[in-house]
Amino acid sequence: MTEEAAVEARNAARYYGSGEATVKALDDVSLTIRKGEFFTLLGPSGCGKTTLLRLIAGFETPTEGQILLSGRDITDIPPNRRRVNTVFQSYALFPHLSVARNIAFGLEMLGQSRAEVGRRVEEMLDLVRLDRMADRKPAMLSGGQQQRVALARALAPAPEVLLLDEPLSALDLKLRKEMQLELKRLQTETGITFVFVTHDQEEALTMSDRIGVMRSGRLQQVGGPREIYNGPVNRFVADFIGETNFLKGMLEGGRVRLASGESLEVPGAAGQGEVTLAIRPEQIRITDDGPIEATLTQTVYFGTDTHCHLHLRDGTEIVARLQSPPSGEVGLTTGETLRLAPVPGAVQVLEGD
Amino acid sequence: MALSNSGKNGWLLSIPALILLIFGAAGPLLIVVVYSFLEPGDFSGVIWNFTTEAWFRVFFERDIFDGTVSTADAHLTIFWRSLKLSILTTLATFLIGFPMAWFIATQPPNRRAAWLFLITIPFWTNLLIRTFAILEVIRNQGLLNSFLIWLGVIDAPLQILYTDTAVLIGMAYVYLPLMVLPLFAAIDRFDFKLIEAGYDLYASRWRVLRRIVIPIVRPGIVAGSILVFVPSLGAYVTPRILGGGKNMMLGNFIELQFGQGRNWPLGAALSMLLLVIVLTALLAYVRATSVEDRHNV
Repeated sequence: MTEEAAVEARNAARYYGSGEATVKALDDVSLTIRKGEFFTLLGPSGCGKTTLLRLIAGFETPTEGQILLSGRDITDIPPNRRRVNTVFQSYALFPHLSVARNIAFGLEMLGQSRAEVGRRVEEMLDLVRLDRMADRKPAMLSGGQQQRVALARALAPAPEVLLLDEPLSALDLKLRKEMQLELKRLQTETGITFVFVTHDQEEALTMSDRIGVMRSGRLQQVGGPREIYNGPVNRFVADFIGETNFLKGMLEGGRVRLASGESLEVPGAAGQGEVTLAIRPEQIRITDDGPIEATLTQTVYFGTDTHCHLHLRDGTEIVARLQSPPSGEVGLTTGETLRLAPVPGAVQVLEGD
Repeated sequence: MALSNSGKNGWLLSIPALILLIFGAAGPLLIVVVYSFLEPGDFSGVIWNFTTEAWFRVFFERDIFDGTVSTADAHLTIFWRSLKLSILTTLATFLIGFPMAWFIATQPPNRRAAWLFLITIPFWTNLLIRTFAILEVIRNQGLLNSFLIWLGVIDAPLQILYTDTAVLIGMAYVYLPLMVLPLFAAIDRFDFKLIEAGYDLYASRWRVLRRIVIPIVRPGIVAGSILVFVPSLGAYVTPRILGGGKNMMLGNFIELQFGQGRNWPLGAALSMLLLVIVLTALLAYVRATSVEDRHNV
């Protein structure tokens, strides 16, 4: 991975409608995606992630701003003259063409010779492990196989950037996990820049080099998976990625007085005033010398871990996640009063609400 | 399909259709076949003597005086005109109908119904009346010529009426809905994402149309073409009114044999010939669509 930019969006905006009814699908987004990285656009539906992808592909033109590919302004260049390929959510395989002809399509359009196309198609079939399906029609393939054909078709012309629009959403859980690994493998093997759109935070965390979190047409935070998970910049990001407990409190002098009356040390927190604290459920321990008192209301067994639903003294509900012991019983009874302590460094101070 | 699963006696449901087919289609067809091998009666009807004369006369003629045989050029001209006009009609309805069907299929669903309704309106009017309406438009003092003269494009009216062009215009107008409806059905099922996929994979607009859209909506194109081509070939009213007496098509020529020509066997043989042409076209259709089915399995 280099620091060179593969894709740049400069103040890109896309509006629909006009006047009062204007919908800002994408609102002033500036973003640099580096060459060779696996970049994920993450957000709930309607956050603008697909719109941004379509702007990069060229299916739509930005209302304002520019899109750059390898430093070149491609804002007004049609999709068929951009070295960018897309894996569609519905795959959009050509139903009248065989698997091999689907994969060959882009290469043929680029005017490559028959021999070149044939060689490259072989290579791609091999890459996605579909060599024996070459002559089948897409409708004869399973969802996972169709997915791999869509990938091979988009990768065959060796685009500068591969765009993936929620490509795994139609697959069942097991297949989705398999394809996540497969995608990561393909990206590493080909070295092509992947721009991946998803609303699945787990998918984003496991696959990406960097993630851009979006909401209401705006970019909220860009960073590596660990950075986003452990240092969310606002409540939305903290809430959208993983599960989080939010606690209100007053910050003064490195300590936060919680609404429940207890005081929590937050090293490194400067300033004062009302703040929201974010603590991940798996970063809460139950210890006798913990600073926070809580009442256990319910335990839910999830296999690998057990979720403990608790009430603080002021009624705030929080969840602590404990690793399940071999017996499966965490040894806590409902109604029991416990003391909680966050793992050192686990408390995030969020500004605003 | 609850009806097809309604038990062993489900076939009983086909009895009314079967009766209709036997008495309405198979029976008369048999009569036509038999008549084509008989001698014509003096004034009309047939004389029950077996002969292949009628079939011979479809393609050849014998000189009355010296008995020399030559091809029946007049007949061949009519066959050729029928075939040519039918193909041109099919082509014209496709070229007009395809953008039309595309337009309707890309409208929002509520407006789509309204457009389809407009397409079917001509079916509510008698064919004869619609054909006379076209005559009114293209005749020398008609709407089209008056308009062109008013524009100053031409000085004297164009002689369109009673030419092949008039027949072509009339048939294209009359059969257009038969092309638009199957095309619409095919385009309606078309996944427009495939167009984006085509552009994405470096195809130009033209190549997206030729390599993706046309092959996928082909069953609709074939169905529309058959629906236009078959009745065009046997058209009677339109060429009769717009083509005048001279520019006969097969349908008019067959009618002539049973009427003024008083040669029923020849008319029967010509009818059978028309049927063979139509069946050939249908076979081509079945083959074309079964290839398509194999694609879609």
